[in-house]
Amino acid sequence: MEAMQPSFRLFSARRLFLTRSGQTVLSAAAVALLAGRESLAAEQGKGAAKTSDVSILNTALGAEQEAVAAYQVGAESGLLQKPVLDLAVQFQGHHKAHADLLAKTVKTLGGEPVQPKRTAEYRFPIEKLKTQADVLRFAAGLEQGAVSAYLGAVPLFANRDLSKAAASILGDEAMHWAILRQALGENPVPDAFVS
Amino acid sequence: MQKRLVAAAWLIAAGPPLALAAAADPPRGDPARGEAIYGRCLACHSIDRDRTGPRHEGLIGRRVGSVPGFQYSPAMRKAGETGMVWDEGTLDRFLESPTRFIPGTRMGYAGIKDAQERADLIAFLKKAGAVR
Repeated sequence: MEAMQPSFRLFSARRLFLTRSGQTVLSAAAVALLAGRESLAAEQGKGAAKTSDVSILNTALGAEQEAVAAYQVGAESGLLQKPVLDLAVQFQGHHKAHADLLAKTVKTLGGEPVQPKRTAEYRFPIEKLKTQADVLRFAAGLEQGAVSAYLGAVPLFANRDLSKAAASILGDEAMHWAILRQALGENPVPDAFVS
Repeated sequence: MQKRLVAAAWLIAAGPPLALAAAADPPRGDPARGEAIYGRCLACHSIDRDRTGPRHEGLIGRRVGSVPGFQYSPAMRKAGETGMVWDEGTLDRFLESPTRFIPGTRMGYAGIKDAQERADLIAFLKKAGAVR
């Protein structure tokens, strides 16, 4: 933990920025963009494209539900100290907002949203989480994977509004990943591109 | 003129130039680089546990869609029923474009277009996914 101390200053500044930015921005804008749009279902009326989009959304929803559960495990581990704990809870809130939006959109498209598993069913590697850094590294891995998953999904949606929403979530996950890397004393933005 | 024709005939008989032949060879994968690329898979996959996607332990040589208890898409199950097995070739084609190789897969991912990156990732999966 000592090695992480210098990075906490920037970490805290980022937290302040995120708090001021407001975590409801994404959900409000995205829900207005997607879940409330009656035209979405009509635009997506063509069977194969609609089925494919629902499938991609449901895959993303399952991953978001797992992220929510993972952050819950981290928050309840007793290993996270403030302000890291507050940030983890905030990030969990973002993932809940993503999951809510995805579930609503699946319904709008006439699909059936996947349901979250019980925490035990995720079989998180709890035995390997012994320090705050372990929890942060675990969370960073999930966020990195989420960035790549959304990046891989963006070009596949038949409906470009869904691509836009996925890109919006991707940006949020990338911020999470960068801040977690910063907290771990790693270069928060190691490359010009994500992959 | 005749000399040129003879030369052309010899080139055709000799087959493609070495450079072209080398370009057609699949790249050799590096598991260390592949481990870094595997970070892209971590939203949905793990070596030792099923998540949104199935575990990768024992992947090489496994029949497609055959991890016990995992809820596959009908498309993935069907691919397995035809006898498809995950090996370097099938993985390479799947990773390049999952939805094109197995239409209907739930892996909504555009794919890894770089052949070297795919080779590196497969090399890592062979190593890390080996059943111990």
